[in-house]
Amino acid sequence: MLKIENLKASVDNKSILKGLNLEVNAGEVHAIMGPNGAGKSTLANIIAGKEEYEVDHGTIELNGEDISELAPEERAHIGVFLSFQYPVEIPGVSVTNFIKTAINENRKAKGLEEMPAKNMLKMIREKSELLEIDRKFLSRSLNEGFSGGEKKRNEIFQMAMLEPKLAILDETDSGLDIDALRIVANGVNKLKSKDNAVIVITHYQRLLDYIVPDFVHVLHDGKIVKTGDASLALELEAKGYDWIKEEMIS
Amino acid sequence: MSKYTEDDLREELETKEYEYGFYTDIESETFAKGLNEDVVRAISKKKNEPKWMTDWRLEAFRVWSKMEEPEWANVSYKKPEFQEIAYYSAPKQKPKLNSIDEVDPDLLATFEKLGISLEEQKRLANVAVDIVIDSVSVATTFKKTLGEKGIIFMPISEAIQEHPELVKKYLGTVVPTSDNFYAALNSAVFSDGSFCYIPKGVRCPMELSTYFRINEGGTGQFERTLVVADKGSFVSYLEGCTAPSRDENQLHAAVVELIALDDAEIKYSTVQNWYPGNSEGKGGVYNFVTKRGLCETNAKISWTQVETGSAITWKYPSCILKGNNSVGEFYSIAVTNNYQQADTGTKMIHLGKNTKSTIISKGISAGKSQNSYRGLVQINSRAENARNFSQCDSLLMGNKCGAHTFPYIEVKNKTAQVEHEATTSKIGEEQLFYCNQRGIDTEKAIALIVNGFSKEVLNKLPMEFAVEAQKLLEISLEGSVG
Repeated sequence: MLKIENLKASVDNKSILKGLNLEVNAGEVHAIMGPNGAGKSTLANIIAGKEEYEVDHGTIELNGEDISELAPEERAHIGVFLSFQYPVEIPGVSVTNFIKTAINENRKAKGLEEMPAKNMLKMIREKSELLEIDRKFLSRSLNEGFSGGEKKRNEIFQMAMLEPKLAILDETDSGLDIDALRIVANGVNKLKSKDNAVIVITHYQRLLDYIVPDFVHVLHDGKIVKTGDASLALELEAKGYDWIKEEMIS
Repeated sequence: MSKYTEDDLREELETKEYEYGFYTDIESETFAKGLNEDVVRAISKKKNEPKWMTDWRLEAFRVWSKMEEPEWANVSYKKPEFQEIAYYSAPKQKPKLNSIDEVDPDLLATFEKLGISLEEQKRLANVAVDIVIDSVSVATTFKKTLGEKGIIFMPISEAIQEHPELVKKYLGTVVPTSDNFYAALNSAVFSDGSFCYIPKGVRCPMELSTYFRINEGGTGQFERTLVVADKGSFVSYLEGCTAPSRDENQLHAAVVELIALDDAEIKYSTVQNWYPGNSEGKGGVYNFVTKRGLCETNAKISWTQVETGSAITWKYPSCILKGNNSVGEFYSIAVTNNYQQADTGTKMIHLGKNTKSTIISKGISAGKSQNSYRGLVQINSRAENARNFSQCDSLLMGNKCGAHTFPYIEVKNKTAQVEHEATTSKIGEEQLFYCNQRGIDTEKAIALIVNGFSKEVLNKLPMEFAVEAQKLLEISLEGSVG
């Protein structure tokens, strides 16, 4: 589904990704771990198409199509979803209005009619149940005055509504208490299918207790330096990152 | 990857041309330029006015002659040359029409372009339209339905003929001829406008609506509106404006007076879209408006305005809360783009006991525009337990525009409670990227964010107007993205 080859990228002329390779197939869950400053969030933003991130070299392909020149909304239309580490507030725009607009804009891009209100309502009901979101929450202004947990839950709710092909969860576990973590992880697990893929970006093993990855990659200094299965995350949790750096030197 | 920096955004906003930039060639009769007592007399005579009206105008003219243009507003412009303006312009034959079919086809075509076809309007539920084109009304609908309830809704020039006692009793009682420079000028030379009277205890069954336009080049437009809601009555009045593209600046100095007698309520909504000038700041309408309402006991006046047009806006719809327990409200959205300058707000004058006022102002600035809120809350010594709540929010787009807030608060009674809140925010890259990432393009994202920002005020507009207003907001701010 996603194929990144020898990707070099920079922001403000500062080189961040230095030849990154990653292949994610449908039905897989990949975790990307690594110390602060390794380039994890850059990777997420560059896949989503944030403009200040410059692709200097390499390719990003989604289902065989090079997406590195597409606008962020065009990437969204073909199924890229980013759960933001810090979701922004949009005062006066309700969660419902926002998701309705997003769904209909995506449909418009595909040449489809707007989703009938009845179907939309049914979908909202289903997905909000899945994430234990109550009706009142949906009428609140997007992310305004939301707790950390509410923000992240809302991100996953949007993901559930938009049904992306490739979902990138950028530190979705940060700011979550254990109950919220369980709800969010449970939501992600239920949305998983053989047709979509998930990339989980995290510092900690904690989230991976709930969302079990097929692959764990360690990102260090702009490159993936080690890949393993779920046990690698446990090893990292126990030993930290230094041993990987040492391994690299030797 | 397509880029869309804040600079691009600003640039695209600046290139937005006025949608309704056209000029309809309707034959009209215009006085020679200039203003003196003879011109005032001639206007009055042209309209076949009674002597008291002529005298009233002349008195206003004399006051005006001694006045200076106000300079305290946060706007800068080349002052109009008042002797270079023609003070009267009327379509040549003033038709007495029984049906819409008799209206000049060119005129109808103009309305079509504006998307307010009369045919449609007539059929539209419950909207009676009194259209003012270049100062003289040419079509009035729904007069009969209103007549049955005893409601008077007609051009003020006709009201002067047919209901002189009402006009004489109320004209100039809220905005005296000597009130300010532009009000005095309007009093001397106004050519037409609307008059509305709701009898005691009557609830007006439909929204009353007037569309104003400026048409003849170089002609000042001086409308006069007088709305009287008798005891226990209710009326919702809609005023919408749009104007054709012009090179020279056009002066617009209207006066609106509202009178809400005991237990009456007036809801006055405006969508204003005068030509704002081009992207270099050339041309555009100068809009100097005096709007004020008087509330007697238990009465209520609500002003709601959506201001997207004009090169210069100078406008402070106000309420005099004279009666005990009276209520004043002001809800405003003001959008400025390119070189537009707006200095707008309200005055809430609390005279009676237990009077209450609410001010919600939303200013949106883009391009190189300047957007100022100026508001006065005055609690007088006898206004026991007066309450005011003010909220002024500004939204900036790009970094060459300005938002300013000038709140004046004067409290002479210690039982008063006055609250003022103000915020300033900017449409950020992060917000746009967030929307983009969800599949919403930048243009749609801006509309979404702006509508969200303006929601509290949009909600106050009557339904059919709210849709039009949202569309206007999008038109005024959208760039031709992509």
